[in-house]
Amino acid sequence: MARVKSRQKTSLPIRLSLYFFIGLMSLFILGPLLWLAVHAFATNWTYPNLLPDSLTFHWWSKVFLDSALGTAIKNSLIISPIVVLLSMVICLPAAYAAGRLNYFGRKTFLIGMFAANSFPKIGLFAAIATLYYALNLMGTFVGVVIIQLLGTIIYMTWIPAAAFAAIPRNLEEAARDAGASKIRTFFTITLRLAMPGILVAIVMSFLASFDEAQGSYLVGAPSIYTMPTEMYSLVQNYPIQVAAVFSLLLAFPSVLLIGIARKHIIGGQLAEGFQIK
Amino acid sequence: MTTPSDEGLILHGLSKILGGRTIIDNLDLTVHKGEMVSLLGPSGCGKTTTLRMIAGFLIPDQGHITIAGKDVTELGPEKRPSAMVFQNYALWPHMSVFKNVAYPLKVRKLAHAEIERRVHEALELVNLMHHKDSRPSQISGGEQQRVALARALVQEPDILLLDEPLSNLDAKLRVKVREDIRELQRRLNITTVIVTHDQDEALSISDRIAVMNGGKIEQFTTPQELYDRPATEYVANFIGSLNRVEGSYNDGLVGAGTDAIGIRPEDVYFSHNEIPGGHRATVELVVPRGHFYEVYLKREDVALRAFVSSDIPKHGDIGYVRINKALIYQNGHLVRSA
Ligand SMILES: Nc1ncnc2c1ncn2[C@@H]1O[C@H](COP(=O)(O)OP(=O)(O)OP(=O)(O)O)[C@@H](O)[C@H]1O
Ligand SMILES: [Mg+2]
Repeated sequence: MARVKSRQKTSLPIRLSLYFFIGLMSLFILGPLLWLAVHAFATNWTYPNLLPDSLTFHWWSKVFLDSALGTAIKNSLIISPIVVLLSMVICLPAAYAAGRLNYFGRKTFLIGMFAANSFPKIGLFAAIATLYYALNLMGTFVGVVIIQLLGTIIYMTWIPAAAFAAIPRNLEEAARDAGASKIRTFFTITLRLAMPGILVAIVMSFLASFDEAQGSYLVGAPSIYTMPTEMYSLVQNYPIQVAAVFSLLLAFPSVLLIGIARKHIIGGQLAEGFQIK
Repeated sequence: MTTPSDEGLILHGLSKILGGRTIIDNLDLTVHKGEMVSLLGPSGCGKTTTLRMIAGFLIPDQGHITIAGKDVTELGPEKRPSAMVFQNYALWPHMSVFKNVAYPLKVRKLAHAEIERRVHEALELVNLMHHKDSRPSQISGGEQQRVALARALVQEPDILLLDEPLSNLDAKLRVKVREDIRELQRRLNITTVIVTHDQDEALSISDRIAVMNGGKIEQFTTPQELYDRPATEYVANFIGSLNRVEGSYNDGLVGAGTDAIGIRPEDVYFSHNEIPGGHRATVELVVPRGHFYEVYLKREDVALRAFVSSDIPKHGDIGYVRINKALIYQNGHLVRSA
């Protein structure tokens, strides 16, 4: 019913401009991806040819058989989940506390986090690098994890804090009144209702960690390479098709995660929402 | 869950300071077992605060709360034998209606079959079996209200607490639901405290009404008594409609004086013909009020409003007016009714 109504209301010019906008966005986002995808399977594709010469899986086997590239993939797949887990352990309690602060306190906390995050990263990394030398963390696994952790904090605090803050208090009170302890109330009501926000934060943090190159390169190279930092040498030392394959591999988790999150977020409670009357 | 005690709820010397202000001031209240009591008062008088202290969301600064003979003053809400229906229902949006109602029983670790049976019973009680798999957001406000009620009743509480449970419903539904609640309350013989600022609601469903004013109880008695003999001027003004004049009252006439005289418009009798005890009056204004008319009358001694439902006068008519009953207050307290 509601859908039919809203469709009737949207006028033609608005709809056309919306389609135009969506088309433009798709071109922006999908265009480069398509270009990459073709390259990943092409023996050769150069200007002014409209189509590649022929298609091959050669570049894929090259990537999977190359030990340096394989290590980078493995590192990325180990480091990013660890970073996300650590980020959750550290940030979610803070986000909960912030979400339960009064309006002013919450604003101060969130703006503070935002300000810290908007500081130019490369300067921060340089400072951290000096610290790392002193602590012998340069070129270590732990060093890379910590660097990537920094980039996830903003997501893991902001989004869950807003989610916690949006939960009406009397939903928790109702659980206490029904006989649930504070802990049980937290897990069955509070955490459950904040879950869509936390899921979004997990996805964003994972992607932030997975894509992080600057800091990871600075403190990781030359002993620890992740997929994005491996890109630096890749572009110089391998044919462009290998880089294309690698880029697709890099994009794969993003697409996968967003696909999963979409199902949970749009189809799930966030849509149904906290629309308690 | 049944206690042998015949006591319902006792509030003794309750005080609460919030934000530096005394919100509840040395409040006493005794609710008998199976009784339905309304807390009635204007916005901000402390009704919700009182209810939240009974439920355990607030701990009183002073005083004691006893439920079914047991002192619960220091207990958290989960340990109290009370169940609350919130003003906005506070249903959990991520659970179905069934799961909402089952939650209190799950927490109590009842067997699966027992939970099933009791939830069905509760949902049948409020006529909502057909919605047991719906989400709260998919059902109407009145249905949500009934789910909240079922969630409270399924706990078989010693005390049922309702905070303005009807204020989010439209006028017609409100009357029906309040009758339903009253009927259920009687049938289950459940001790109930209901907060409201709607005097109609309080008068029609309560065994007794506690009228609150500034964190204190002004009067605590039956609806009839409250209406007929309001103990203070405040209560008289708050309950029903009132002609309030200053003077002295003697033999149906108002003279010079300093008493506060309260006369209910329905105790003002108007007739076009001469009547015993009647005095000549002019009709100044007639306002239709549905099933009766509100008539503004001017007598030599006093101007009065009357509720008239037969022999309706017109503007400018001359007739006779008798005051059947007046309440006389000195320093805000009832000294006599005549
Ligand atoms: N946490 C608090 N801090 C400070 N003041 C409070 C707090 N909670 C309530 N009050 C104040 O206490 C007074 C009584 O509040 P309460 O909610 O009990 O009123 P009420 O009788 O339920 O009114 P209403 O009919 O509007 O619901 C109000 O003036 C309110 O502002
Ligand atoms: Mg209130």
